[in-house]
Amino acid sequence: MTPEQLLYTKSHEWAYIQTDSAGDKIATVGLSTFALELLTDLVYVDLPEVGRRVTAGEPLGEIESVKAVSDIYSPVDGEVVEINTALADNLAGLADDPYDAGWFVKIKITDESSLSGLLDYAAYQKQCEEEDH
Amino acid sequence: MPNNTTLHTPLYDWHVANGGRMVEFAGWVMPVQYTSIIEEHKITRAAVGIADISHMGRLRFEGPGAAVFLAELLTRRVADMADGQIRYSLVTNEQGGILDDVLVGRYHNDYGQPYYVVVVNACNRAKIVEWIGAHLPLQRAERPGHEVIWTDVTRLWAMLAIQGPRSVELLQPLIDANLKTMKYYRGGQVRILHPAARRQGGIISRTGYTGEDGFELSVGAGIAPGVWEAMLEIGKPLGIVPTGIGARDTLRLEAGMPLYGHELSEQIDPFQAGLGFACHLVGYDFPGRDALLEIKKQPRKFVRVGLKMFGRRAARDGCPILADSKQVGQITSGTFSPSLGKPIAMGYVSPEFAKVGTELQIDVRGRKEPARVVQLPFYSRPKKGNKK
Repeated sequence: MTPEQLLYTKSHEWAYIQTDSAGDKIATVGLSTFALELLTDLVYVDLPEVGRRVTAGEPLGEIESVKAVSDIYSPVDGEVVEINTALADNLAGLADDPYDAGWFVKIKITDESSLSGLLDYAAYQKQCEEEDH
Repeated sequence: MPNNTTLHTPLYDWHVANGGRMVEFAGWVMPVQYTSIIEEHKITRAAVGIADISHMGRLRFEGPGAAVFLAELLTRRVADMADGQIRYSLVTNEQGGILDDVLVGRYHNDYGQPYYVVVVNACNRAKIVEWIGAHLPLQRAERPGHEVIWTDVTRLWAMLAIQGPRSVELLQPLIDANLKTMKYYRGGQVRILHPAARRQGGIISRTGYTGEDGFELSVGAGIAPGVWEAMLEIGKPLGIVPTGIGARDTLRLEAGMPLYGHELSEQIDPFQAGLGFACHLVGYDFPGRDALLEIKKQPRKFVRVGLKMFGRRAARDGCPILADSKQVGQITSGTFSPSLGKPIAMGYVSPEFAKVGTELQIDVRGRKEPARVVQLPFYSRPKKGNKK
């Protein structure tokens, strides 16, 4: 997938929305290039258990660099259905591939209205440009 | 984001033009890193890294009364210092709380007259300047034969840290003193043998905040960018990199060195911080001496320890330290150690939990992580002559 196809939170998570074979909407969630370039020197990622209920805007895990630890916020309301178990061992390469191999969790969306709070690519780009100053 | 009340070092433009990620630190805009903290850290340990530390406050004292005035201000003996000698010292308040930790160096100018340079923390510069003002009344500063002339030269001079096992190789071609034979905690006023220095000199000392061999060099603000670029050019074959304050923090933590605002504060006394060696309680009277004589006799309530962790989650400043789920102390600094590949931390615990080998837990954002008290420093540089 490409960055243009994704939705974003103001806190720099991306979400890719697909409908699975059972008709459920699934959000694949990761961190944007902008966020990863700011973090650098990643040493640890803490992801939720499969089955955990998450709420848009609430922390679902944390990512730690040498310098500091940051929360990862859920972009949507839903239930965690899959986590990327390979991520912890590939943190050094995360910034090189944040939109494919670098996904964090997949969330089955339980409340589609939570999607309305997300930014499209153009709006997110604009926010990043403003933060860069 | 940096605002316009923050200060810029003479190298600010260079940092911005060369990928420095600028952050606000103690009232200054400083590069936290250029590439990666871990890489800058590892190159400092393996070869040589240079850092802009011009935010460090530097106060210069001269005049016939300077030595005695400093002896009555600092916890460490000053009056017996030899030319070219540097000492670690503290400034304490009347209660014995730590106002700052400093380096005091004695140098001489071309006419043989001694002067002292006191290097203070950036975050404490205004406080110490005020403290000196309060303890140096005009009648004393101007008393014939006892005059003290002092200047805050922080903005006039840049200060560069050159740290790592190859720092002598890097610097020797630039400096007219023999650096190989210069001892640790010694220094002097030197000539800089490079056109970029425009025939100006500097003050060099074999000191640092990384646990590596290395030097700190003060030069005029105007020549700092030229000297900095000359070092990067000369250091290319050695693998030199510029390093930011991010690596400076991980390096000093591995070296077990305290940082003001974390391990040190006005609420902490020198003995609990493990800095009793920096307090000479006989001889010259200084603010806090009587209080320190009293504190020294009392049992310690808390002592500073090093803690090694086993997982990946690092303890950070403020995390509670637990023994059997009961709080026995608090973390003051913590990070991931690039040299050890594990999180390390420093903090204060009750003395009964301070023994090396004691198993404790640290509450890291609501989850208990195991930790063990270890000997400080976490990292010591390989001694010369030792087989690897």
